Amino acid sequence: MSLIIDTKHLAKDYVMGDMIVHALRDAHVQIQAGEFVAIMGPSGSGKSTFMNLIGCLDRPSGGKYFLNGQDVSSLNDDQLADIRNKYIGFVFQTFNLLPRTSAIKNVELPLMYAGVKNRAERAKQALEEVGLGQRIHHKPNELSGGQQQRVAIARAIVNNPVLILGDEPTGNLDSRTAEEIMALFQDMNRKGKTVVIVTHEEDIARHCKRIIRFKDGRILHDGPVEDPVDARDILRHMPDPDEVITADFAV
Amino acid sequence: MNFSDSIVSALRAIMANKLRSALTMLGVVIGVGSVIAMIGIGEGTKQKSLENIQIMGSNMLTVMPNWRRGGVSGGPTDNPTLKEEDIVTLKREVPMINTITGVVQRRMSSRNGNKTHFTQVVGAEPQVALIRNATKMWQGSWYTFEDEAMSERKCVLGFTVYQELFGDGMAEGARIRIGNQNFDVVGVIAYKGGSGMWNPDDQIYVPLSTAKTRLMGKTNLDQIMMQTSNSDLMIVTQGQVEDALMATRKNASGEPLFRVMNQGDIIAQMETQTKLLSMLLAGIASVSLLVGGIGIMNIMLVSVTERTREIGLRKAIGARRETILAQFLLESTVMCVVGGTIGILLGLGSVAFVAQALKVPPVVNTQAIILAFGFSALVGLFFGLYPALRASSLQPIQALRYE
Ligand SMILES: Nc1ncnc2c1ncn2[C@@H]1O[C@H](COP(=O)(O)OP(=O)(O)OP(=O)(O)O)[C@@H](O)[C@H]1O
Ligand SMILES: [Mg+2]
Repeated sequence: MSLIIDTKHLAKDYVMGDMIVHALRDAHVQIQAGEFVAIMGPSGSGKSTFMNLIGCLDRPSGGKYFLNGQDVSSLNDDQLADIRNKYIGFVFQTFNLLPRTSAIKNVELPLMYAGVKNRAERAKQALEEVGLGQRIHHKPNELSGGQQQRVAIARAIVNNPVLILGDEPTGNLDSRTAEEIMALFQDMNRKGKTVVIVTHEEDIARHCKRIIRFKDGRILHDGPVEDPVDARDILRHMPDPDEVITADFAV
Repeated sequence: MNFSDSIVSALRAIMANKLRSALTMLGVVIGVGSVIAMIGIGEGTKQKSLENIQIMGSNMLTVMPNWRRGGVSGGPTDNPTLKEEDIVTLKREVPMINTITGVVQRRMSSRNGNKTHFTQVVGAEPQVALIRNATKMWQGSWYTFEDEAMSERKCVLGFTVYQELFGDGMAEGARIRIGNQNFDVVGVIAYKGGSGMWNPDDQIYVPLSTAKTRLMGKTNLDQIMMQTSNSDLMIVTQGQVEDALMATRKNASGEPLFRVMNQGDIIAQMETQTKLLSMLLAGIASVSLLVGGIGIMNIMLVSVTERTREIGLRKAIGARRETILAQFLLESTVMCVVGGTIGILLGLGSVAFVAQALKVPPVVNTQAIILAFGFSALVGLFFGLYPALRASSLQPIQALRYE
């Protein structure tokens, strides 16, 4: 097994006037290839800070971060851009799609920055993988929240990264849609991708194989999940959304 | 990412934000278009008035009464009107005068059948044709010294008057009415291409004696016009004219009761007028340029949040700094070039249109185009690049969370 994420004394401080906020302190985290990790903890405990650091979206104030064996803290901005492009797929809570731009063009973006040739084909494939093959020319405002998040996931996986990160990827979605998104993450994990997500919900976290709990910028607890749930199982037992509506009327 | 990708993505960004792009381009269009239009119209007017002076007559001196100085004490010597004696004096005292005539004039209506035209009627001796450069005829010829001596009711039409009264028919030999009297048309002056207040085409000439006694009932002269023999000695001649007239025509306090204007004065007068106009137009143009620039700035600054987030996202998925700068630079360039081109076309169009309406030559000032285009393009490029320049120093997450 190879180490995908290896952090040593990783720290992030924010200076606010003459106050220093220690958003993350002395974090040692090791995540192997193929893991599926949930990051949990109360609001303000440093989860997003940690995710942004391991996603190379931000620079640490202290400590070291080895991504796939490479010391990332020593790289310049352009090298980091290439790392993000090739090794990392990031899924945001608020989707962050380019507005007024079709799903397929959104998914093509990372390929364009990678200089890949057959972009349309690969973007279409990625959209089909997340079950959006029928809506590739829809614009974000013509898609539901769950569908937009699927586009964002397609964008995250299109460049075939080793690491997929999601900061509360189901935070803005209802429970059934959240379950569908978790099913996608589980599919990708089964295909060998390392997945790390932040979530507030124990139900969601129980889909993962391991949970790391943060508090006040420190790691409070780190351990495996016993018998993770399979999102497909839950979906099978969930009522169809149409039936729910009928049931509502019946009452 | 290669260059054609950059072009395509810049165009896509422009198309995806049509309103923003259109408003930005509008700023450039307004700036560039107005500068070209205003400067072009101003320059055209200037050229036209200079042309008018050439048309009016060469080596010409004009004596006019100085109404401002006259009549102060009310005495008879203070009357600033010009008289026939003055012509006699000038002929005697100033040898460099080639030809000279007194002039009376009044705006009157003329009529041929059911066509009427209100115009300047000029009473002058036939040599006015030489002085005013109007010897070339379209039809017929000038009235003669004999006509002048006999106070004949004969007239020569300027080309505009001819067109108004006769269309393109035969005027020579026809009888028209000026005021309430009949006049025989003896000639039509060839088209001179004048315009404005002193349009030499929009005049009717009649013999001076006829005008004074029969048409206007004037005993005095409104002007004395003369042609000097040597244009290089214009100023000398002018001095001699002034000296000759000063002997008799000054007021009690010794100030002249007349003004002598040479072509230079007229040119200067017209130039001040047209310069004022040009300055006014240039002022309007610079305001429009500024307004256009502020428009561009506004729309760019309003969208800076959205654009900064967009940059954050692009960085998050792997765009390098120079890729983003290239995209924004291309985007702004395309908008400036498109906007500038539309602006130039609109500006040239309005110059052509206004030039035709005002009968002035359409003038294209390349410097103005370059200046306006350069300014708008700089503003457009700077504010187009602004979000990218700012955001390029931010970490992706900072740009993504920008408010
Ligand atoms: N840009 C910033 N400037 C200053 N302080 C910040 C900044 N970003 C985060 N913080 C602070 O760092 C701490 C950790 O924030 P972080 O966003 O990592 O929390 P979180 O665990 O993701 O919370 P939530 O569950 O609400 O998303 C908080 O106290 C927050 O106020
Ligand atoms: Mg968070």
